[in-house]
Amino acid sequence: MGRLNRKVPDINSSSTADIAFLLLIFFLIATSMDTDLGIQRRLPPPVPKEMIRENVKINERNLLSVLINSDNQLLVNGKETDISQLRPKVEEFIDNQRNSPDLPEKIDMEVPFFGIYPVTKNHVISLQNHRDTEYQAYIEVQNELVAAYNNLRNRLSRQKFGKSFAELTDPQKEAIRMIYPLRISEAEPRNLGSQK
Amino acid sequence: MKRFNRNTRHEMPRLNTASLPDLIFTLLFFFMITTTMKQNPVRVDYTPPKATELEKLEKKSLVTYIYVGKPSQQYRKQYGNESVIQLNDKFAELSAVQDYITQERAGMREDEKSRMQVSLKIDEHTKMGIVSDLKLALREAQALKISYDAVKRNTPFH
Repeated sequence: MGRLNRKVPDINSSSTADIAFLLLIFFLIATSMDTDLGIQRRLPPPVPKEMIRENVKINERNLLSVLINSDNQLLVNGKETDISQLRPKVEEFIDNQRNSPDLPEKIDMEVPFFGIYPVTKNHVISLQNHRDTEYQAYIEVQNELVAAYNNLRNRLSRQKFGKSFAELTDPQKEAIRMIYPLRISEAEPRNLGSQK
Repeated sequence: MKRFNRNTRHEMPRLNTASLPDLIFTLLFFFMITTTMKQNPVRVDYTPPKATELEKLEKKSLVTYIYVGKPSQQYRKQYGNESVIQLNDKFAELSAVQDYITQERAGMREDEKSRMQVSLKIDEHTKMGIVSDLKLALREAQALKISYDAVKRNTPFH
């Protein structure tokens, strides 16, 4: 039975754990798990130079103008407004629930899942700011505008599908987006309120 | 009564550590995959603005970052106190934005170019003038998907 003694010796692997540990610690330190968040928007495509002066006529009832001056104050359709009142105002404007003649006109549209549905298709929210407006104030207004749309979309989706907007399938989302299309127009900043 | 004999040597069985490296390796691979190396050092003072309606960004490889803010303390002497734009790791003029975007886009896969997203990391106290100019430059560069980087706010208004 002398054969049994001729075994291949094991490689001592007790240090692999240490090596792996070192690598592990390195990657632990180098990892950054934070995911970036932000308000997502789409910019309009660039306008050809020769078309720049052409103004599009918008019916007054379809327009909500939001101005932010250099002191970060808000002017909504000519009236001074506090930021906390902006969201309900914008919601009322987009939705026009009572079909008031001062708010955007409703146009019947064929929407999947909903059939013929009156939509304030031509509404425009015009956002304008001064060059000295602070970025935080601008983001706050952007945030309120997006929040108003999200609220309306969520409410409708709860009513119709019993789920929040985020949980819907893509065609359902598309239908709701047709009813509440995001229509924010940003003009280039003017020097509002700098004359004083 | 032999059982209770204290003289019997009763050795503790040794813990088998043969599978320890495998465990560690699993952890190691997890962290290797989730790691993104820190890109460029930020050379501007950057405090993100606060907001509530936040969405997650696209995959990291699709996102291009642009920082705007006042130069950090050690660069103040050289670059002054006015807000500046930082592309990659150095301060840049507005006119360089378009080239930067083109260059970033060139490095992307063909089918992903349309999903390119620009994350604007702009300090909350920046004046909108430079932001508007930057947005105009991005429009010219056809980088239309943007995200205003912000952090979650819990209280309604400051």
